[in-house]
Amino acid sequence: MSESSLRLVWVYPDLLSTYGDQGNALVVERRATQRRVPVTRVDVRSDQPVPTSGDIYLIGGGEDRPQRLAAERLRRDGGLNRAVANGAIVFSVCAGYQILGHEFINDLGRPEPGLGLLDVVSTRGEGERCVGDVLADIDPQLGLPPLTGFENHQGITHLGRTARPLARLRVGKGNGTGDGTEGAFNDTVFGTYMHGPVMARNPHIADLLIKLALDVNALPPVDDQWYDALRAERIAAAVQPA
Amino acid sequence: MAGNSEPLSPRAKLAVTAGRAAAAVSRAAGKGSGSVIGGKVALRFDPDLLARLARHLDVVLVSATNGKTTTTRLLAEALRAGGPVVSNALGANMPAGITSALAGGSDARFGVIEVDEKYLAGVARDVSPKAIALLNLSRDQLDRAAETRMLAEKWREGLAGSEAIIVANADDPLITWAASSSPTVVWVAAGQSWKDDAWSCPSCGGVLQRPGDDWYCGECGFRRPTPTWALSGDHVVDPYGVAWPIQLQLPGRANKSNAAVSAAVAAAFGIDPKVALERMYKVQAVAGRYDVVSFLQRDLRLLLAKNPAGWLETFSLIDGPPTPVILSVNARGADGTDTSWLWDVDYTRLAGHPILVIGDRKMDLAVRLEVANLQFRVCANLDEAVRSAPPGRIEAIANYTAFQDLRRRVGN
Repeated sequence: MSESSLRLVWVYPDLLSTYGDQGNALVVERRATQRRVPVTRVDVRSDQPVPTSGDIYLIGGGEDRPQRLAAERLRRDGGLNRAVANGAIVFSVCAGYQILGHEFINDLGRPEPGLGLLDVVSTRGEGERCVGDVLADIDPQLGLPPLTGFENHQGITHLGRTARPLARLRVGKGNGTGDGTEGAFNDTVFGTYMHGPVMARNPHIADLLIKLALDVNALPPVDDQWYDALRAERIAAAVQPA
Repeated sequence: MAGNSEPLSPRAKLAVTAGRAAAAVSRAAGKGSGSVIGGKVALRFDPDLLARLARHLDVVLVSATNGKTTTTRLLAEALRAGGPVVSNALGANMPAGITSALAGGSDARFGVIEVDEKYLAGVARDVSPKAIALLNLSRDQLDRAAETRMLAEKWREGLAGSEAIIVANADDPLITWAASSSPTVVWVAAGQSWKDDAWSCPSCGGVLQRPGDDWYCGECGFRRPTPTWALSGDHVVDPYGVAWPIQLQLPGRANKSNAAVSAAVAAAFGIDPKVALERMYKVQAVAGRYDVVSFLQRDLRLLLAKNPAGWLETFSLIDGPPTPVILSVNARGADGTDTSWLWDVDYTRLAGHPILVIGDRKMDLAVRLEVANLQFRVCANLDEAVRSAPPGRIEAIANYTAFQDLRRRVGN
């Protein structure tokens, strides 16, 4: 990973970009550029090989059938697993989060193998979809302010021993297990159910990924006034729904 | 003319009367036009009423993610050349609203009916339409809409073996997939600007190849059918290769596309394209959309854009810089409560315009515009936004309930 530039890889926008997932790529790009870090963004379609030389990989949310197709193609390609073995950072959302685990339930109702990059297993909930604003406290180890997001899913994700919960819920369903956890991470691989998109509401997560990629402890400050205003509004809405 | 040669049964008459009474009560209570409650009451009295009312009519159904209401208006105007038309022109597009609209048109020959995407297959079963116009399918209301492809699949199953003439947009792979189970399809090259919901083959899941205006699946061979009608710039080309000029008061490429499909449908009803298109010119504004209103000494053009495909089409029709643009977004029930679609809209298209931001979710928009590196100003309300623009034209783009708020404020 080079010191002065960032290779950002957006995995399979043709399949996994249903919930404004491009937003996470745009926020990472913008906040790196504001720090004068040049960004090369590579959007990889599902009929193209996943490059192994990226610094940050983003993988988004999608519907049930494209999720299965994405898992099949990522397993066959192997590029994302090789990139992680090389130390790359992966941030995944919703359907993408489930794909990073050992297994999820596909659109045909059958268990579908994931990539095994996170020690999680996902199933499908029986009840209503989890839809609404979420508020959670991020693992103190990451040193980030509270997580705000919008969840819109029916998944249930169980964490294994080597996956740490990304956050502890104050409001919302998160992993859907009823144990108060939301998302998971292990070293440089992250997963969450949060849309919004999550980086727009939590720009410090984008900054964390940039810092990890550049191997620096701090970044120059940028003007966060609109992010702060949005965060305050959505945190209030989560605590006291309209 | 068809007319009501076969009178309604006593039960159906009672149902219609009860529905009208309920609508009148609703209106008197100040709760809108009452068409939906009226239809609900009428259907309670006679569950088969919709089918009975439609039996006397030559019906065409119109469905799509975007352009349903406008196309319904254009088509109603065109078909009036052939006889009286009854239509749910106000966009009440679920079974109750449709029933209510049809109950109000006892002398009509044609029924031009806008149908919500989720109800298309059911309504098509009930009313045995002569034609069905299918315009486009794309992501909309992420928190509750079915998957876009699943919707296409439901249409495909519901329309299989339909006796209706399906008039379908061949440039939209999902529409093509939905329509191609029907025995009689008239394919119209009606264009598609938004492509991000159709990169996967609806048939086999392969990656679609989309060179130029063409599209095909390299894996299973599913491909764009050869159209017999085509939108070509400002003209619609009929099956004989004759190019008819489209002249509309409504702006934008999307409305030319709507007009092209309407001309093809009208032809199926025996209306000449020239006559159909001339009549479409009469349509000025549709439920406030595209209306230009005078407000605080400025001329506000009211534009509705509910989803990424709609915003994309809207950006292509607004006046260039330095015309100010007001953006208003809500996320109430009717809008869908998930705002992440804002990130699918390419706001960099607004570079150079003064941008004024209002609406319940102005902070979401502010972050979106900040990340797009655009200059903008967040305003407390419409009045403040309008006052901060110089006299002259302002383009006001809003999603569903935000649009209703705009209309209410400007007295439209």
